[in-house]
Amino acid sequence: MDILVTILLLVLLLNAVMVVCIRNLFSCVLIFMAQSLVMVLLWILLQAPDLAITEAAVGAGVSSLLFFLALRRIHALDAEKGAPANKKGGLRHG
Amino acid sequence: MADLRRLFSLNSNDSSLDEALKRDLEEDQHPEDSPLSAREVSMHASAIRREEASMQRREEKAWVLSRRAYQVLSVLTALIIISVLLLNILDLPLFGEADNPTNNEVSARYLEYGLEEGGAVNLVADVILDYRAFDTLGESNVLFAAACTVILLLRRFSDAEQVHGMPEPLLLEEAPSDPLLMAAARLLVPVLLLFGCCIILNGHLGPGGGFAGGAVLGSGLILYLNAFGDQRASRVLTFRSFRILSASALMFYALSKAFSFFCGANGIPLDLPLGTPGSILSAGLILPLNMAVGLVVCCTVYAFFTLFRKGEI
Repeated sequence: MDILVTILLLVLLLNAVMVVCIRNLFSCVLIFMAQSLVMVLLWILLQAPDLAITEAAVGAGVSSLLFFLALRRIHALDAEKGAPANKKGGLRHG
Repeated sequence: MADLRRLFSLNSNDSSLDEALKRDLEEDQHPEDSPLSAREVSMHASAIRREEASMQRREEKAWVLSRRAYQVLSVLTALIIISVLLLNILDLPLFGEADNPTNNEVSARYLEYGLEEGGAVNLVADVILDYRAFDTLGESNVLFAAACTVILLLRRFSDAEQVHGMPEPLLLEEAPSDPLLMAAARLLVPVLLLFGCCIILNGHLGPGGGFAGGAVLGSGLILYLNAFGDQRASRVLTFRSFRILSASALMFYALSKAFSFFCGANGIPLDLPLGTPGSILSAGLILPLNMAVGLVVCCTVYAFFTLFRKGEI
């Protein structure tokens, strides 16, 4: 079990760093969801099932939904201003 | 003779530089000086321009250097903070040892008498909705306040243009209804809603409770909204029903817990029917409070989504 916890913690660190360094915003939101999933596994391993089920519902569910909605709003605004078609593979930071 | 130092202090674009130079030369003209030819004027102007170009290049190099220094310094600062925090975490006691500071008389009391005083098999629900119900009331209030703020800032009224003269805000175009999404939603939405209700109702028997169940309920409603469009979704939950639901749920929570606090503070024995632990109708007030919290969370989550999406519920 310790090995699993160690691996999950390392994945958590990696996710946190990748969210900052990756330029594609869509990928960033997906990494945020993955971070929430890793937290769910960690809560289960720390014997806190209430926290795990709440984190699954809120983090990987509602919070990520709101992020995707925000991304979609930026998309829509950019499309109306006639931004150049650099939408291959999603958004890029400016 | 023209004073070149005065010319350097001009904020120049190149065309005005020539005229300024010429004007300056004509003003400063003394009778004993020989008049300058046009060629010498242009030579001075190009010298000034070359000076400015080299200054600009030096500025750009300094800019690039400072950006690089900023990046290196920020990574270094982050590494220092990370190492300080990690070194401090090494001093914390290990997980689950018997002499941890969290194993004190408070948690011993909760563990020993939690079942007979609260009636809930899930001791976590006991703690957050019976022993520490005041904190949960604060959390529900925070959710409610957040929903009120979002409504204040984002809600769009249909007659805003005539009343206030505000331009109509940008609305997301309605996505065409996707048959794949609709087919999947027909299967998933009932399961999600049922699962959410199950989590709420079993909050005192197993893991879950009001917050998780409310979030799952809200997710189910959001999926319904996304799959079937605004018209059908607004028949499920209108703004009026949202207001009534969340306000009355929060009020019910506050009043029932206020009654408990009042009885406890004045020494009046509060004999709630605790039931047999393990059945659904047990644990006194915990089940109704779970339902109230679940309703507040569900309405808040749904309200956030629809307000961000289209400005009204």
